[in-house]
Amino acid sequence: MRRSAAATAVQLTGVDSEAKLALVEFMLTTTDLQVSARRAVDWLASHTGVKKAIVAVAEPDSSPLLLVAERGMSSAAIADFSVSRDDAVHPLIRAMDRPDPTYFDVSNDHFRAPIEGLPFHAIPLRADDATVSHGLLMTSAVGPELHPDIAWLARTLGRQVARLTSTQTLAQTRFGQERMLLYSIINAVTDPILLTDTEGKLIIANTHAEKLFAAPEDAGEGWRRAAGLNNMLFSAALSTNAVGPNEMARRELLLVDPLEGSDLLFELLSSRATDERQGTYVVSILRNVTDLARAKEEIEESYRTLRLAQAEVRDERHRLDLIIDSVADPILVTDQEGDIVLMNEPAERLFTAAKSASDAELRRVHANGAHLTSFVSNVLTRSGEQRYRGEIQLTDPVSGRLAPVEGLAGQILSEQGELMWVVTILHDLTEAHEKARLFEQLKQASAELERKVQEATAELAEQNELLRRQHIALEQASALKSQFLANMSHEFRTPLNAILGYTHMLLNGVSGPVSEAQRKSLTRIDSNSQHLLALINDILDITRIEAGRMPLNVSTFKIAALVEEVMSELEPIIKRSNLSVRAIMPRTLPPLKSDRQKVKQIVLNLLSNALKFTPAGSVRITATYDAKDRTIGIAVADTGVGIAPDDRVKVFEDFRQLDSSPARGYGGTGLGLSICRRLSQMLGGTIDLESEVGKGSTFTLHLPARAKKR
Amino acid sequence: MTEQSNEGPLVLVVEDYQDAREMYAAYLQFSGYRVAEATNGLEAIEKTIELMPDIILMDLALPKVDGWEATKRLKSDERTKHIPIVALTGHALAGFAEGAREAGCDSFVTKPCLPDALVAEVRRMLAEAGSRERGKPVNGPAGRRRQ
Repeated sequence: MRRSAAATAVQLTGVDSEAKLALVEFMLTTTDLQVSARRAVDWLASHTGVKKAIVAVAEPDSSPLLLVAERGMSSAAIADFSVSRDDAVHPLIRAMDRPDPTYFDVSNDHFRAPIEGLPFHAIPLRADDATVSHGLLMTSAVGPELHPDIAWLARTLGRQVARLTSTQTLAQTRFGQERMLLYSIINAVTDPILLTDTEGKLIIANTHAEKLFAAPEDAGEGWRRAAGLNNMLFSAALSTNAVGPNEMARRELLLVDPLEGSDLLFELLSSRATDERQGTYVVSILRNVTDLARAKEEIEESYRTLRLAQAEVRDERHRLDLIIDSVADPILVTDQEGDIVLMNEPAERLFTAAKSASDAELRRVHANGAHLTSFVSNVLTRSGEQRYRGEIQLTDPVSGRLAPVEGLAGQILSEQGELMWVVTILHDLTEAHEKARLFEQLKQASAELERKVQEATAELAEQNELLRRQHIALEQASALKSQFLANMSHEFRTPLNAILGYTHMLLNGVSGPVSEAQRKSLTRIDSNSQHLLALINDILDITRIEAGRMPLNVSTFKIAALVEEVMSELEPIIKRSNLSVRAIMPRTLPPLKSDRQKVKQIVLNLLSNALKFTPAGSVRITATYDAKDRTIGIAVADTGVGIAPDDRVKVFEDFRQLDSSPARGYGGTGLGLSICRRLSQMLGGTIDLESEVGKGSTFTLHLPARAKKR
Repeated sequence: MTEQSNEGPLVLVVEDYQDAREMYAAYLQFSGYRVAEATNGLEAIEKTIELMPDIILMDLALPKVDGWEATKRLKSDERTKHIPIVALTGHALAGFAEGAREAGCDSFVTKPCLPDALVAEVRRMLAEAGSRERGKPVNGPAGRRRQ
C-alpha cells in the first residue's frame, strides 16, 4: 500500500494544516527517535484530544518491545510494560503485524493492556510501503472508528520510526525508556521537584513544580505574574543560602499559589548533585507545609484550650474536695474491687487509724471496713441496681461507741456504661434513733394524755347528763311552782270574791240601811280586799309570764286610740289629781302591730304611776316613731318626785316601792313596773327611765313597730 | 235567800261554792229576779230542763260534770239551747274565755265579780235575748230597781 505525498497533503484537512506542517518539519529535522515519539504523543494530546497514548518500538531482530513515549500513563504501567516480539500470539504483536489498526475494547481483558480502563486502538508503525512493522502506537479511543488525524499521525510517525530505527542503537532506546520512567516517577511525586544549576536556572521540573513556576502560553496575567514572582523568590532563596556539597539545606519558602492567589508555605530542601559530565546541579524539593503550619496553629490553640480546661478541672477538683470535706457525713468512693480510692475527713475517722492507734482501735477500723465492703457489694453484685440504701452498724474507732449509720451507695458509670466507682454516703443515725426514742415517749405521753382527756370527757358527759336531768327536774319543779301559784291565787280569790261581794251588798243596803260608822268600816274592808285582790292578780300575772303561760295576741291598732282609752279609764283619778295631763300623738305615727291588751296594761301602769307620784304640775304622754330602727316609743313624762340614780334599777324589781311609808299613801302593789318590764320584754321591747329628783321622771316604752309572733 | 218573786225572769245560778252562790242569789233577788240554784253540772242540766230558766249563770270549775260540759250539753239540746248562759270564770285568760265560747257560753264574767257587775251583765244578756226573740215581752226587774 503506497501513499504519495499528494495523498498525504489531502489528508491535512481535519486538523489545522499548519500544525501538521510544523510536526512534519520537526520530524525531518530530528534524528532522535525518543524525541520524535514524545513530540508525536504531545501533538496527539493537544490536537486530537487523545487522553492516553503509548509509543512502543522494536528492533527487527530484537525481542522485547520498548516504550519510547507515553502520555497519561501511570509509572506502574510503564514499569510493567513488557511484550516480546517473539510472542506471536500476543494480541499486541498480532496487531503490529496486521496492515490496519486494531481496536481493543475494555471487555478484552485476556491480556494486560497497557492502556487500562479505556478502549484503545493499536496502530502498526511502518514505512509507507513496507510490510514490516517497527512499532505500535496505542491511543485511547472513544469508539472503534479511528480518527483520520490519528491515522495521519501514525503514518507520519511510522515513516519517522522506520527512518530512525535503522540508525539508532538499542542502548540509546533503552536509555530513553529508563529516562522516561524517571520522569514519570518524578511527576508522580506530589511535592514540586526542581533541578537547577547553581545560579537557579531551571533544568528540569516536575509537573507540580511547573504549576508553580511556569505559566502556560494561554495563562492569564495573574498566573504569569505569580509564576514570575515565585521564580524570583525561589532564586533568592537558593542564592541567599548557599548550599554546600553533600549537605541538605532546609528552609522555609513562601510562594504564591498561581491559581488561588493565596500564600503557600513550603519547606525547601535543597541538595547539590554533581555529575561528571554536566557539572553541578541543585536538586530542590518543596514540601507544602501550609496545612502543617495551620495544623500547628490549631494544635497550639487546642493545647491552650486544654491547659485552660485542665486549670478548670483542677479548680473544680479543688472545689469538690472542699465540698466533700465540708460535708459532715462520711463520703467514700470505692473502685470496682471495693477498695477505697477517696474519702473525706469524717470518713477517715471511721475507716482509718493512725500508726500509733491501739489494737482495739485497729480492730474496729478493720471491722468498719468489712461492714462497708459488704454494704458496697450490694451495688457491685446486683446488676441493674444503681443505688442501694441500708443501715450499717459501725463503731467509733476511738470511743468504741456504736455508731449506727444509714448508707446510700450509688454507682458511677462511664459513658460506655461500665461501672467505674461506687460513691457511698453515710448518715449518722444516732440522733435519728434518739429522736425515734423520744418520739415513742412522746407518743406514749400523748396516748396517756388522750386517755385522761377521754376519761375527763366521759366524766364531763356524765355530769352534763346529771345537769340536764337536774335541769329537767328544775323545770318540772318550776312548772309545778307556777301551777301551784296559779291554783293558789285562784283559791285566794274565791273567798275574796265572797268578802268583796258581801261588803258591797252591805254597802248597797241589801241588808237594810247602814250607819255612817258601819259604812266607814265596810269601806276599809272593801279597800283592803281590793288591794289584796290586786296583789293576787299581779302575782298571778308574774307567775304566768315566768311560766310562759302568757300568750301573745298580736293585732294591728292605733296608739292614739289606745292612749285615749287609758286616759278615759283613769279619768276619775286624773280629775282628782288636778294635774294637766296631755297626749301628744303625731299624725304620721304608723299603726302598731303588737299585743294590744299588754301594751295597754303597760301604758295604764306608767300613767297611773305618774299620776300617783306627781303632787303638782303636768303629765305628758308622747308617741314617736323611729323609721330607722322601725321602733315606736311611748313616753310618759311627769313633773313629780323623781327617782335618784341609785334607785333607777330598783324600781323595776319585784315588790319595790322606794319608800315604804309613802307606799301606803300612793297605794299599789309594788309589782307594777316589774310586770311592765316583763311584758315589754315579751313584746320585744324595753322600758327606759330618765329622772331627776324633785323635777320628775320620764318612762319610755320602746317597741318594735311590728312585733314578731312568739 | 230563797224568797221567790213570781214576776221577774228566772235566773239559774250554778256555783259549787256556797257563799258565793248564795251571795249572787241574794243580790239577784234583791234586784228583782227569781233565782234557782245548782251546785254542779249535772244538777244544772236537770234544773234547767225542769225549770226552763230565762238565763243561766254558770261557774265553769264544777265538781262531777264541769261547767264546760254542762254548757255543751245544754247548748246541744233543742229544748235548752235558746237559754243564754253567762260563764263565771276565775281565770281572766283569753284561753278560758275561748274555752267558754267554744262550749257555747254567750258571755262571761271574771271572778271576783262584784254583785253589781254580775246583775248588770244578766240584764244586758236578757235584753239581747229579748231583742233577738222579737214579740216576746221581756220581764225585766229594772222598774223595781229604779224605784
